[in-house]
Amino acid sequence: MRNRDISFWIFLTPVLLGLGLVVIIPLLFGIYYSFTNWNGLTATEFLGFANYIDLFKDEEFRASLWFTIKFAVVSVILLNVLGLGLALLVTQGMKTSNFLRTIFFMPNLIGGLILGFIWQFIFVSAFSGIGDLLGIEALKGWLSDTETGFWGLVILNCWQWAGYIMIIYIAYLENIPKDLMEAAEIDGANSFQRFKNITFPLVAPAFTVSMFLTVSHSFKIYDQNLSLTGGGPFNSTQMVAMEIYKTAFNDNQMAFAQSKGIIFLILVATVALTQVYYNKKREVEM
Amino acid sequence: MQKKKRNRIILEIFGLLLALLWLSPFYLMVVNAFKTKREIFSDVLGLPEEFTMENFVEAFYHLDFIHSLMNSLIISILGVGIIIIFSSMAGYALARNKSKLSGFIFFLFVGAMLIPFQSVMIPLVSLFGQADMLNSAGLIFMYLGFGSSLSIFLYHGAMNGISNSLDEAAYIDGANKFQVFWHIIFPLLKPISVTVGILNIIWIWNDFLLPSLVLKEESATIPLKMFFFFGQFTKQWHLALAGLTIAIIPVIIAYFFAQKQIIKGVSEGAVK
Repeated sequence: MRNRDISFWIFLTPVLLGLGLVVIIPLLFGIYYSFTNWNGLTATEFLGFANYIDLFKDEEFRASLWFTIKFAVVSVILLNVLGLGLALLVTQGMKTSNFLRTIFFMPNLIGGLILGFIWQFIFVSAFSGIGDLLGIEALKGWLSDTETGFWGLVILNCWQWAGYIMIIYIAYLENIPKDLMEAAEIDGANSFQRFKNITFPLVAPAFTVSMFLTVSHSFKIYDQNLSLTGGGPFNSTQMVAMEIYKTAFNDNQMAFAQSKGIIFLILVATVALTQVYYNKKREVEM
Repeated sequence: MQKKKRNRIILEIFGLLLALLWLSPFYLMVVNAFKTKREIFSDVLGLPEEFTMENFVEAFYHLDFIHSLMNSLIISILGVGIIIIFSSMAGYALARNKSKLSGFIFFLFVGAMLIPFQSVMIPLVSLFGQADMLNSAGLIFMYLGFGSSLSIFLYHGAMNGISNSLDEAAYIDGANKFQVFWHIIFPLLKPISVTVGILNIIWIWNDFLLPSLVLKEESATIPLKMFFFFGQFTKQWHLALAGLTIAIIPVIIAYFFAQKQIIKGVSEGAVK
């Protein structure tokens, strides 16, 4: 197929229309609108960087940005530890391995909104039930302050995504040649040494993939945030995605919300690209 | 040897305990869905004294479940269908054309994966609203726009394993480009089509934010209906939990029948 072949363009037309009308044109308009006083229908005035200056003064936006970054960092670390741990557990050749994989992956198939509602019940009712039973005061009133709301979101996120990260690690673990492990064992390497010197370097590419996925996923989270804490109490567990939604559809400040959306894009893209770059570099060095 | 065997048994038990812990949220959801409002308050952890189906009947009615299930099915199947057809065509065309322009278009699709939904959401809703396309058809088209990037990426990768000589042999036999694609290439892409289908159906089936911006209540999908339902019965956990259980059942059934393909599909989609 060549560029001047009509069939090349016919094959591409549907997806080009899709991407163009759904992503590219809204993005280009969005960038333009973010410099105006757009109200969702018309823009009457060009404001320059006024929206962008305002958003850095916006306490609520700054708080949500900070909360999201904390959430993403903690989630990424825990998810990778948990995912790798589960993957190591189910690749030991146990009889129950397949059954365990099925169970650990299950939460990932269910939507974040529904999972958030289930965990709202668990944190609010079941936790206080367990707290009564065992006499632990700390299990009461979860989700009613910022701290427990934060950890509630982290726990939900880990439960939902650990099985997914596990599957990525399994794909790489199963590619490690068996004789390499056996040779190391014969040479007298203990299981920790084998993990450190063979398994770990060989699953490094899985690290790239799962870091990329967990970072971009944790940054963009919305459904779970909405159904678990609703951003409360007093918007203190509100993440960026929800803050942008509220600015747009509750406060009706379309252009302002759009400028936040553009900052969000720059942030997500920068983090993702930097990370891919460093992980690729590190892989080559090893 | 004795020690190794003992370690293995300890590992098995640990694995099973972890699986029980993993399932405990589902256990709590299901057992409490069978309880009365008062019983949830007095004993949240144990089995119900007597299993009442009333919560399920009422939740089923308020969720308008058959109707929302149908809405979800139609949108997911049509959405995934057009993503598979159009992305495979595009992946084929882009992989068989080695020009700079073709490379640029591919780069555009891959790059679009980095764009978070929130940075296009507001102009998108405004644009489609002005075109009077905030309905199921508009939603399905939006899924093509958002879903085609990853799908084209996967098809493009799979095309590398399909030799060009197949196409050429067919051209010599007098087939045109569309015949070659539909009769020769598309069947060979079946394994990756399964992966693309699974990844997209998990996403579309569970998506909440986009339908909430686009659909009206009468065409609501299951997650959207669940959200309205939850708002209506807030703090009435016996009904809410029954509703959540009902909403999850279709997914669990699908998972039960297709778990191998689902796990394989997800694994391939992530690793490539």
